Amino acid sequence: MTTKQQEQITTKIWREVPEDDNPFAAATCYFAGFDVFGDVLRNASYIDYLYLLFKHEPPTAEAAKLLEGLALALANPGLRDHSVRAAMCAAVGGSTRASALIASISVGAGSLGGGREVYTAVNYWQICGTDLAAWEAIIKSPPQEERVDVWMPVEHAPGFDPNGVSCPKPVRQTLAYLAEISEGNSLAWLMQHREKLEAIAGAPLAMSGVAAAAMNDLSLTAEESEILFMLLRLPGAAVHALEQEKLGWRRYPFFGDGLKLMPYEQVSDED
Amino acid sequence: MPDDLQKYEDNWETSMGAWFPGEKVTLRGKDVLAELRNYRWHQYLLYGVTGKKSERIARLFEGIWLISCSFPDPRLWNNRVAALAATARSTGVLASSGALAVTEATIYGLKPIKGAMDFLYRTMAKIKSGQVLEDVVREELKKYRNVYGYGRPITDRDERVAPLMEFAHSLDAGHGEYTQLAFKVDEYLSSSRYGYTINISGVAAALMADEGYSPDDHYHLATLAFTAGVIPCFIDASKKPEGAFFPLRTSRINYEGTEELRVWGK
Repeated sequence: MTTKQQEQITTKIWREVPEDDNPFAAATCYFAGFDVFGDVLRNASYIDYLYLLFKHEPPTAEAAKLLEGLALALANPGLRDHSVRAAMCAAVGGSTRASALIASISVGAGSLGGGREVYTAVNYWQICGTDLAAWEAIIKSPPQEERVDVWMPVEHAPGFDPNGVSCPKPVRQTLAYLAEISEGNSLAWLMQHREKLEAIAGAPLAMSGVAAAAMNDLSLTAEESEILFMLLRLPGAAVHALEQEKLGWRRYPFFGDGLKLMPYEQVSDED
Repeated sequence: MPDDLQKYEDNWETSMGAWFPGEKVTLRGKDVLAELRNYRWHQYLLYGVTGKKSERIARLFEGIWLISCSFPDPRLWNNRVAALAATARSTGVLASSGALAVTEATIYGLKPIKGAMDFLYRTMAKIKSGQVLEDVVREELKKYRNVYGYGRPITDRDERVAPLMEFAHSLDAGHGEYTQLAFKVDEYLSSSRYGYTINISGVAAALMADEGYSPDDHYHLATLAFTAGVIPCFIDASKKPEGAFFPLRTSRINYEGTEELRVWGK
């Protein structure tokens, strides 16, 4: 009988040594060479490990501090944020708790304050760096994809709030703190040029814009930034969903009088 | 060595179906491209879920979907997820999948859809073993504080019941013992102090129970039932400005927590 080679999952980051009595259970797990449960668990912080997961190297003290500050700033976008509202919609209807997080990610993935916006903004950082003229050029004529995409075309300068008036205090506080502790130059440059960039964008800086600069200072790729941003915002969605689940739908806005049905213009009489 | 895992390692035995790349695809013993290609989609879904082929039942639950679950109102909680996704400029499929996950709710959606049929089966069994309907329903309410299939958030009147019954009758459905039981429970609950009336999940459950379907069948068949109401909500909000869907100013937060300013570390 010939044994066919078993298919495998290829990875450079996760290694397992099996238990002696069970090939389906790992005795030791290594991430990027570190023994996760024998070493990292006892000696690293959660933020250190999160950094290791994304970067495959332990953080410097400064990088860990920056990631921790970013994670804290993003942990709860507040209950008026679209992604948190989605989680609360699940909660008040008595939906599964997983669906609160799924809904939160579905909504918080987008180009308005969501993961996609951070993805695009980090791409802009990689193209423009700290060159104000390059930022002006890309904001005024954003790259247009020739082919259609599942994402809607960019409608506003990524990282800026099209519905904002002036840059809100929490955004300024976060930018100031992260710029102070970052070893990179994106946050510091953004701090210096925020008002000029806002004038070019015609909109104030948003939290997604601060996050993108911080992600760039952490040398995260646009893809890594997009997914980490969505991940870091989930705690707020979770706790607001749990609170609203207890309060129930009767105490949650339904906008009963908010919807006004207008006459519909028939698009076509064809079948 | 865990025997079960070893037995299944690289060994998934199934008669449900498979794809043979470049050649064919099978579902429950049928060649999909040769034998099932003229099926209506709902008939194909029915076959996939239950192995039954009835065109009449496929048409019945298609009608149940349309009449029960396809309300394109963005205020409804699952639809609202799709509208929020559009206003935050996410994608259509992320919106629909978020809304779909949320559809497994308690006050509407999949829990009542499955639960109402389970209630009817349990109640019928108790009545057949000699219990009285009123006692069974009272017991259910005492134990669970609600009866799936009865009562409704926002309004107690369910405008879908009459149209669905009319549709069911057009397919010669809705004359069986479960439909009769469902309306007897309605009669009792609506005239009791609870004042609950039958809602659409009670009617749908009764119709499908009369056709011999199980709560699991009914649940799986209803998985995508809300989708046709969800997608229009996404499209509508995606055509309006970014962030325009029911924006909330800070004064919309009714804060009931502490007013004391607490300082970290003190």
